[in-house]
Amino acid sequence: MDFNNIKKLLSTNHGEAISVLEDTEIILVPAEKWSEVAKDLKENKDLTFDYLSCITGYDNGAGKSIGVAYNFYSMAKKHSLEIRIEVDRENPEVPSVEKIWRTADWMEREVYDLYGVSFKDHWDLRRILLPSDWDGFPLRKDYKEPDYYNGMPVPKDKSYWE
Amino acid sequence: MDLSVIEKFNKDNVVVEKLENLVNWARSGSPWFFQFGLACCAIEMMAAAAPRHDLERFGAMPRASPRQSDVMIVAGTVTLKMASRVKRLYEQMTDPKYVISMGSCANSGGPYWQHGYHVLKGVDLIVPVDVYVPGCPPRPEALIYGIMELQRKIRNEKPYTKSA
Repeated sequence: MDFNNIKKLLSTNHGEAISVLEDTEIILVPAEKWSEVAKDLKENKDLTFDYLSCITGYDNGAGKSIGVAYNFYSMAKKHSLEIRIEVDRENPEVPSVEKIWRTADWMEREVYDLYGVSFKDHWDLRRILLPSDWDGFPLRKDYKEPDYYNGMPVPKDKSYWE
Repeated sequence: MDLSVIEKFNKDNVVVEKLENLVNWARSGSPWFFQFGLACCAIEMMAAAAPRHDLERFGAMPRASPRQSDVMIVAGTVTLKMASRVKRLYEQMTDPKYVISMGSCANSGGPYWQHGYHVLKGVDLIVPVDVYVPGCPPRPEALIYGIMELQRKIRNEKPYTKSA
């Protein structure tokens, strides 16, 4: 199925909530609709997105939203789809799809680790790459790196070349 | 390697030598290194230890435990998460112990110097370093040169002379 047919199918199933990101073949889904749409993506006989390739976090900049991008592929139907969810940066909350695609477990933890998106109903949401006592979410655009971490200096000492 | 001690032995089967020189000869002839790698430099370290470059020609042999090793080759990017582990491993090594910092990342943070919020900008911030090997990553020849440089340094030590 090509993108337009997928879009049409999703629109008939979920109504106005589904929209397309301008000039792209990417579908935007509001966070509160996401659980329901995700279930449909996996279980609908015409879609059968059985493979979640990747989850990516992104930051639209200061004062703007934080997003999560999902890339799907269907091994059965040989088609792919990208879905994005954009949420408020102060309280970014997205429903977890870890129970639908098992592989989402660590991917969501990674997005949480670096962007601070909290995935609702994730069974084990904690940091995966950074140490557990780390402060802040470093891939956010407003992140300020600390001067010291556990007594070790973090910024480069440039005093000998400046 | 320093063969002067053996050469003296060949002449009349008796060696009269300072104890310090004997100790330095033994220490510099067996810089057993700690077998652990942190990033791509570790691949070059493995290549250096493998038959083509054969670090064992220099008496350097990988050991899997800090208790049995004399040299720690910090091969790769030291992340802040790993830094406390590196420091602990260094503390677990028995004296005399030496550190070779291998590659740009371990020397100074390397390509992560500006935006590497997670990288320690040089392993010398947590452990004392004896030899720095530049390169990204250094070729095995460079690491071998670093080990030879360390052997030279060990030979010039005075372990039984009290410093003033």
